[in-house]
Amino acid sequence: MNKEMLQKTANQIRKDIVTAVYSAKSGHPGGSLSAADVMTYLYFEEMNVDPKNPDKADRDRFVLSKGHNAPALYSCLAEKGYFPVEDLKTLRHTGSYLQGHPDMKHIPGVDMTSGSLGQGISAAVGMALSAKLFNEDYRVFTLLGDGEIQEGQVWEAAMFAGAKKLDNLIVIVDNNGLQIDGKIDDVCSPYPIIDKFAAFNFKVIAVEDGNDFDQLDKAFNEARLTDGQPVAIVMKTVKGKGVSFMEDQAGWHGKAPNDDEYKQAMEELEKAGEA
Amino acid sequence: MADKKRVANLKLQAAKCRQNVLRMVRAGGHGHVGGALSSLDIVTALYFDKMNVDPENPKMEDRDRFLLSAGHKCLAQYAVLAEKGFFDKEVLDTYGKLAAKIPGHPDMHKLPGVEANTGALGHGMSIANGMAMAGKLDGKDYKVYAITGDGELPEGSNWEAAVAAAKFGLDNLVVFVDNNGLQISGDVTKVMDMRPIDEKFKAFGWAVKYIDGNDMNQILDALDSIPEEKGKPTMILCDTVKAKGLSFGENKAGFHFWNATEELLDQAEKEMAELVSKLEKEKEELV
Amino acid sequence: MAGKKIATRESYGNALKELGEKYQDLVVLDADLAGATKTSTFQKAFPDRHIDCGIAEGNMMGIAAGIATTGKVPFASTFAMFAAGRAFEQIRNSIGYPHLNVKIGATHAGISVGEDGATHQCNEDIALMRVIPGMTVICPADDVEAKAAVEAAYLHDGPVYLRFGRLAVPVINDEESYHFEIGKGITLKEGKDVTLVATGLCVSEALEAALMLEKEGIDAEVINIHTIKPIDEELLVASAGKTGKVVTIEEHSVLGGLGGAVSEVLGTKCPVPTLRIGIEDTFGESGPAAELIKKYGIDAESICRKVKEFV
Repeated sequence: MNKEMLQKTANQIRKDIVTAVYSAKSGHPGGSLSAADVMTYLYFEEMNVDPKNPDKADRDRFVLSKGHNAPALYSCLAEKGYFPVEDLKTLRHTGSYLQGHPDMKHIPGVDMTSGSLGQGISAAVGMALSAKLFNEDYRVFTLLGDGEIQEGQVWEAAMFAGAKKLDNLIVIVDNNGLQIDGKIDDVCSPYPIIDKFAAFNFKVIAVEDGNDFDQLDKAFNEARLTDGQPVAIVMKTVKGKGVSFMEDQAGWHGKAPNDDEYKQAMEELEKAGEA
Repeated sequence: MADKKRVANLKLQAAKCRQNVLRMVRAGGHGHVGGALSSLDIVTALYFDKMNVDPENPKMEDRDRFLLSAGHKCLAQYAVLAEKGFFDKEVLDTYGKLAAKIPGHPDMHKLPGVEANTGALGHGMSIANGMAMAGKLDGKDYKVYAITGDGELPEGSNWEAAVAAAKFGLDNLVVFVDNNGLQISGDVTKVMDMRPIDEKFKAFGWAVKYIDGNDMNQILDALDSIPEEKGKPTMILCDTVKAKGLSFGENKAGFHFWNATEELLDQAEKEMAELVSKLEKEKEELV
Repeated sequence: MAGKKIATRESYGNALKELGEKYQDLVVLDADLAGATKTSTFQKAFPDRHIDCGIAEGNMMGIAAGIATTGKVPFASTFAMFAAGRAFEQIRNSIGYPHLNVKIGATHAGISVGEDGATHQCNEDIALMRVIPGMTVICPADDVEAKAAVEAAYLHDGPVYLRFGRLAVPVINDEESYHFEIGKGITLKEGKDVTLVATGLCVSEALEAALMLEKEGIDAEVINIHTIKPIDEELLVASAGKTGKVVTIEEHSVLGGLGGAVSEVLGTKCPVPTLRIGIEDTFGESGPAAELIKKYGIDAESICRKVKEFV
């Protein structure tokens, strides 16, 4: 996909995210929007996956360690053709298969159940390890929040991946700078994120603007060429990206828009799509 | 460089404490001697030179705190507390017995001088954080010292504690990493390579110092310059020798936990007694 | 073979090695305790399929979950305290909720850990594990049963918690005739006055207690419940209906373990007076295992005395 197509797809996914959260009357738009571009890039450019055959053995895997970004994941999967886009409106409804956090048992294309922060990266490490043990050549991508890396389990997993040289593992940190209680540096600063992953024996790729497809493209190409160590892509993003009143606001971490807000958000995204 | 007399005295105390360790092994028939002996020089320097503690008043409010995150190294702490007079040395002979005051992992309610019930690895740094934070909140100037094992560092709770200690600027906290290079399953770098340890702690916002943890001179130099950096917690990465002082057990993972034979225990006791007389002589010569 | 004693952790290691030959998709994980959990036995035979995760149990459970998603069968091994205890939430959310095919081999359960003391004596793991939906919980009584349980766990599709001990315990089952089925209790001795329901190392103690009781004129039935979840309701109800009195015996807290599980069944389906023998609501302590078993009242003599008072 070229850059323009990726941008268009990401814009559509943003509309899906906002619509799904609006329909659910709850959910996590902020982080879903900050990560919408990288997830679009993964599903529409980078990963070897097939929506017709979601369980094929040699597929690349994606684990959404920051599981509360389920709206972004579901929107990508729906747009990719894993299930009907229309179903996104059932998000978080009683009886819907689209649970508040990703559920691998019931949702085609979800490679790992997640939602409890810090755990997804371990599962991703397990998948990458399994590929190494049984000589398979798929790759495993996992997306973490910057607040999430305060969890000790992230460093258990990082230490393991570094020690075992899992170069088929790509850890992506969505550094939007905000967590529920506020700015991550005020709550319990995980900075310097880059030095931490480097000290845990990762090849670290810093991305200045994780909402820019050129920069993402460059980073993932570099990741592909990395040999002998796991990769951490630490990308600065804007929380709530694409919806003016949600941008850079911790308050939009886990809140649904009301009718007026929804209307405004969709108008803005519509306009962005035409540009 | 630390004063010669000071060093000579501590070396002697450490040897006597090693005798206490052997006394407990004699009583119980076994023990986690490897890590106890590798970290024992540090514990000795803390209790006999640095820490503000009073064996007569173990709960003194302003006392410096010490805890072993690697609780299985408790033989070192029991040995030093006994030598320092926190309790009667006869208690050492109850090691391994039911209802002993000196159980396999330390219990703060059983033995005076023990500050925390440790043993489950990876808990100690968080507890030490809490003590150091309380000191800051109360405006007290006591320090908190903790020893963790290198093998224990993969435990994620350490990194949660590390981030928090830096955030709260706990420069009254000193953590020693007893880097003896061996854990129960063998070479730490083979079980789970956590190197580089110093770079990790630096990236987590700590001041880091690197010493030989069985060299009294270097231990004292490090302790004399704490905090290493104002506003930051201090990590002292100590290269040590597992089972230090057991001529036949040094640097052997098999001595992480020692099921002692009569013969080797006899030999160890003899060697340690010789070392004590030698160090006593050296100390006298300095006077 | 009379008098033979083997710790069930040994059985675990030996079984893994045998199964490793048979099943190529079996992977063993450990957290720096391979020598103690006895996965070292497997490690020697299959070094490539033995992964030491270092002292990081939460991560180990997550790795096991990830491996399971690729169709392999991981056995994640550490002490009960650090499996059911430290990694509870990882087991619940990353293994239990997605119902992944992970086997947890938890050794050093209960007070028979001995000298390491309370920090390492897990008397709470059965309670913690059996409340996770879909989790199978097995606590074998001896070497024969333990080895059979490991293979049954491998063949079972879904998460299984296997509870093993550090202490060598008598071999009470006959290897030739023994048959293990998940969820099926075993009546070891029939009786009419009282039912003794035991699990793990307490099964041999209960058998011995039953012999002592016989001399006192009390005819006790002895049931081995090796699978605490799903529990054999049918067998329990039938026996309770026959004897009218039930005693549960376990090396675990009297709260939430075997005693809890049995009481839940009988309370609704066949209410009879019950006595729960186990570790009272307290922590353990350091000491030789055999002495602790006596001190905490789960040895044959204590059982005999308590049952006599109860009947």
